[in-house]
Amino acid sequence: MADQNALFEFLLRMGDNSLILGHRVSEWCGHSPVLEEDIALANTALDLIGQTQFWLGLAGEVEGKGRTADDLAFLRDAWDFRNVLLCELPNGDFGQTLMRQFLYDAWSSIMLGRLMTSSDARVAEIAAKASKEVAYHVERSGDTVVGLGDGTEESHARMQAALDYLWPYVGEMFDSDEVDAAMVKAGIAPDPASLREEYDALVAKVLGQATLTIPTDTFHHKGGRTGYMHTEHLGHLLTQMQWLQRAYPGATW
Amino acid sequence: MSKEWPLWEVFIRGQHGLSHRHVGSLHAPDAEMAIKNARDVYTRRNEGVSIWVVEAQHIAASSPEEKGPLYEPSNSKVYRHPTFFDIPEEVGHM
Amino acid sequence: MYAQLVKTAGTGVKTREEMSDEERNFQDRVDRDEKIEPKDWMPDDYRATLIRQIGQHAHSEIVGQLPEGNWITRAPTLERKAILLAKVQDEAGHGLYLYCAAETLGVTRDELTEELLSGRMKYSSIFNYPTLNWADIGAVGWLVDGAAIMNQVPLQRTSYGPYSRAMIRICKEESFHQRQGYDIMMKMAQGSDAQRRMAQDALNRFWYPSLMMFGPSDKDSVHSAQSLAWKIKIDTNDELRQRFVDQTVPQAKYLGLTIPDENLKWNEERGAHDFSEPDWAEFFNVIKGKGPCNVDRMDARVAAWEDGAWVRDGLLAHARKKSATRTAAE
Repeated sequence: MADQNALFEFLLRMGDNSLILGHRVSEWCGHSPVLEEDIALANTALDLIGQTQFWLGLAGEVEGKGRTADDLAFLRDAWDFRNVLLCELPNGDFGQTLMRQFLYDAWSSIMLGRLMTSSDARVAEIAAKASKEVAYHVERSGDTVVGLGDGTEESHARMQAALDYLWPYVGEMFDSDEVDAAMVKAGIAPDPASLREEYDALVAKVLGQATLTIPTDTFHHKGGRTGYMHTEHLGHLLTQMQWLQRAYPGATW
Repeated sequence: MSKEWPLWEVFIRGQHGLSHRHVGSLHAPDAEMAIKNARDVYTRRNEGVSIWVVEAQHIAASSPEEKGPLYEPSNSKVYRHPTFFDIPEEVGHM
Repeated sequence: MYAQLVKTAGTGVKTREEMSDEERNFQDRVDRDEKIEPKDWMPDDYRATLIRQIGQHAHSEIVGQLPEGNWITRAPTLERKAILLAKVQDEAGHGLYLYCAAETLGVTRDELTEELLSGRMKYSSIFNYPTLNWADIGAVGWLVDGAAIMNQVPLQRTSYGPYSRAMIRICKEESFHQRQGYDIMMKMAQGSDAQRRMAQDALNRFWYPSLMMFGPSDKDSVHSAQSLAWKIKIDTNDELRQRFVDQTVPQAKYLGLTIPDENLKWNEERGAHDFSEPDWAEFFNVIKGKGPCNVDRMDARVAAWEDGAWVRDGLLAHARKKSATRTAAE
């Protein structure tokens, strides 16, 4: 059942993106620049964790080995994670976190829009729910990127630095491989490469309003969505996230 | 000029057909962000279908509502509601 | 109780003869359970005491995010992670509601924040204790939120309208907090040996600090008498503490956990439990800044505030530019 394997991989990519990014965003809780932002970031993280439960839950079902979303989240090692590198990068300052969020939200909003017409009803259903949440995320992160980019000299400089740091991780979201080809063939998901034009238009518009300059170098890092080579950051994140499950195997929490 | 974000009063229409009611306040740099913040702060439990915000300094006089906002169950975040957790009767009120 | 040792302004309760007409009228309204609203006349001391009390309560919510936030990235399942995050987010919301209530009294949130960060205003002593194992998250919900609710439920009837409304909203949300805490404790108490050990360890460390939350006995305090008369304090500290102990003992028993107090026993005559007082010397030390986590908690709040300055300034600068452009276009 090659297609089921591909579908499993695809679902891991979706679920791991939201899991790892949701985890990162949750690190802000209690430490944000202002209460209103603290609450808003927690909402984003909550939505992402909720989406994770759906994607990884379905992944476990498709895999057919009885693994739950929690098993997949807490009991896999780094090489089995399939999130893009962008999601696992450290939070940095608030600007870097919001820039990362916007660059991801923009991709996610387009991707989920396409997935709503997936030939797999389960995928379409998750996408329909998640896309409502992400439509708000991208609006909020986009507005914040604009506000900070076009704010003070300092906030502008910090946002440009964040963009320069993160931009080389954007390209990976549009890479295609045999998993994607299988998804396209089955009508389950679009070819990520096909999202690029819409993404570039959206990102250019928002970053333009933010008075920020998109780097011209087209090089991009990769290795997250294939699991071939994650960053060093993922291992530390998992060390924390998986601690209890690893230290006390089999316990019920 | 003060560097503190202005204070906004938030009014939420809890259900279709009801009027907006005052639910509280928050800080935001401008009206657009105030509406977004209101969504994040005051509708965490699916309390609203429409939000009004007005900068507090523009309110001439107000008589805020006595009761709290309506709370409707949120489908995806049931754990926010106390009844999500089953507490044995022996334990007493919680 | 998130507001401890709030100093009541003034010299104690005045007799009716000592009161001015305005003061008498004000006290009559309070006695009739009429809510006092921001624009109503109120004694300066009432206003000053409320700012201290609500401010301290708000600070406690914000600092209170930290000990629980300490476990968000280590929560053992996706659901526990979401629940804990939602709960800590609620604390931020509660802090926000309370700061807004305080702002109706003529102080700004930034001013209150500066008071907290400079150490001039306090927050509840309980948040200067660490969360060391996962059961601590259960214990905080069960005991700390339980103690807070004990105080906050009566405060829904407090005389100051905005404070009362904030408390009503908070109490609705807080009940989920205590229940999720007890839910964790049940799982731990019914779990493996290691989990039961965590649960007992958490109870051992949080029991006395929870009793301290209500503050030292204030039955003879003239300041408390004034706050009670103004209905910004509804019960004495001892009454609340007794209620908390009586409620918690059967809950601990159900869990099969032992409350770390050899003197704890049912007193038939009083119809209440006898129990040991917490170590008040320790309490005053914690209040003075010598608790296990005081320095870390303040460092975290100062860092959030200072590191966030450019964000607050940046977004405000953008908003002002936008508004200027809009005005110019009109």
